[in-house]
Amino acid sequence: MAAPGTALALEARSLVKTYPGGRGKPRVTALDGVSFGVEPGTVFGLLGPNGAGKSTLVKILASLSRPDSGTALVAGADVARHPDQVRRLIGFVAQKQVADPMDTGRENLELAGRLHGLTGSAARARATELLGRFSLDASADRQVKTYSGGMARKLDVALGLMHRPRVLFLDEPTTGLDPEARSELWAEIERMAGAEGMTVLLTTHYLDEADHLAGRLTIVDRGRVVASGTPDELKAGLHGDAVAVELRETTDVSRASEVMRRVAGSADVTVEGRQVRVRTADGAAVLPSALAALEQAGVVVASATVARPSLDDVYRSHTGHGFDSAAGADVEVAA
Amino acid sequence: MSAVTTTLSPAVPVEARRAPFTGLRHTLLLTARHLRAARRVPMFVLMNLLQPMIWLLLFGQLFRSVVKIPGFTGGGSYLEFLTPGIVMMMALSGSAWAGTAYIQDMDRGVMDRLLTSPTSRGALMVSTLVYQSVLTVLQTVVVLGVAWLGGARFGGGAGGILVLLLGAALLTAAFSALSNAAALLARDQTVLIGLSQLLTIPLMFLSSALMDTRLSAGWVATVARFNPFEWAVVVGREALSRHPDAGTVLVHLGLLAGLAVVLTGVATRAFRTYQRTT
Repeated sequence: MAAPGTALALEARSLVKTYPGGRGKPRVTALDGVSFGVEPGTVFGLLGPNGAGKSTLVKILASLSRPDSGTALVAGADVARHPDQVRRLIGFVAQKQVADPMDTGRENLELAGRLHGLTGSAARARATELLGRFSLDASADRQVKTYSGGMARKLDVALGLMHRPRVLFLDEPTTGLDPEARSELWAEIERMAGAEGMTVLLTTHYLDEADHLAGRLTIVDRGRVVASGTPDELKAGLHGDAVAVELRETTDVSRASEVMRRVAGSADVTVEGRQVRVRTADGAAVLPSALAALEQAGVVVASATVARPSLDDVYRSHTGHGFDSAAGADVEVAA
Repeated sequence: MSAVTTTLSPAVPVEARRAPFTGLRHTLLLTARHLRAARRVPMFVLMNLLQPMIWLLLFGQLFRSVVKIPGFTGGGSYLEFLTPGIVMMMALSGSAWAGTAYIQDMDRGVMDRLLTSPTSRGALMVSTLVYQSVLTVLQTVVVLGVAWLGGARFGGGAGGILVLLLGAALLTAAFSALSNAAALLARDQTVLIGLSQLLTIPLMFLSSALMDTRLSAGWVATVARFNPFEWAVVVGREALSRHPDAGTVLVHLGLLAGLAVVLTGVATRAFRTYQRTT
């Protein structure tokens, strides 16, 4: 056990986890030596495409799954050796619905509280408080199977909060929700992280969600950590803005790349279709001269943009592929 | 009450609320959850009664004259002979599906939430066994009532009926534990179909539930002696008879209780396998 004051809220040390790959196939590596630490009181985002190993990490840290090797610690306690201790400290909201659809919202909450050792009256009071906070009062005494997706997900988060955990795991809390329900849940997650001083481990494959909620981010890809830092640090690490011009003719692409490279004084030029992008320290200053030089070279520009680096750029630079192409069709990319 | 503080002191058990009755308290809380669900869908409980009713009324009529075969022992009418057998068949076929509740909890995130909380594993197991046994007891009362209306009379009286209920509950607990273990290991409803088809049917017919085994092929009677389902039938039939043999009843109740305890222990260990393979 760690000495007082030094404990991280969460710590992963060289976690490795493999799954059977099916008949005659080699084992699938879900985690390939993942390490990170989370300071108490932060919202920590684990970002990565589907299948990157995010859920596996959460399951190991939450005492649900055992790693092949490596150590997971919650508030200094070894999850494999002291699971009972860890389970009293955490709230776990799985990717799938964690509320029982046959019970009402209130019954779900009260049962969860009592299993955590609250007395009947304490559980009732806490349930009423959380139902109010998540605006579920009106449906509190209806069976959860009658809830909308957004309501059920709010109840899931409330279930994780019943016993005032030190660490809350939220595994893709907003996947499948409509935009309104998402922003409502975001607001609630922000509020409780601030007010209760709790540590939140959030996994998501939405870049905007990570950007919005997480104080610190770790990007995982194919079972490995590829980047860590605050969202701003990660973006700043890319050195500068992206200046992109959309050309009218594809045939002008190579000439335009040459011009952009010269004007921006940067070799970081990428081409996608009719779009030419260059990464440069001060995009706003480069854009006018780039446009003038392109015109002089006889290249017709259809549109031009300057963008601060997005997490998608961060993701692209660390994994070698765009976030959306890695994650499949249902992924939103930060604007 | 909020012993869980938000400041990060070292990880001592913040609230060492190791109340001595945690397991019992959790069992009651989780049993209540299952009973609430059953109360909300009473159709499910009724559906489970449909089959035994058909057995009772059809078999009772179909094999009416079986009791007249020389050498047939065990009561006045075939209906009286049959009733304890039907009760146990109902208990067995119902408990084969007990694992369904776990499958549903695993398909959702409910099981994972419970397993990442301090919920007692033993309570997770025992609560479903208690719940299934409560269902069995309720259904048995209905079956006995219908049999009585059909003309069956049981010499064992109220005491006999209580012993029959105990036997049925123990049988239910044992096979519900088996069903739960299968659910935890396979995580698939189809394995429960296999359990109910491949296991319960042979167990039912390799017993004296429907027929006095002294009139069956010799090996059937031999096999039946090692059949836990037969133990329950023996308990039920003895208990309802006019002059029950207390020794036979106690031995078979003991065997059933022992099996239930062993299978409950094994099934509770299956949680570890579930977590190792998650």
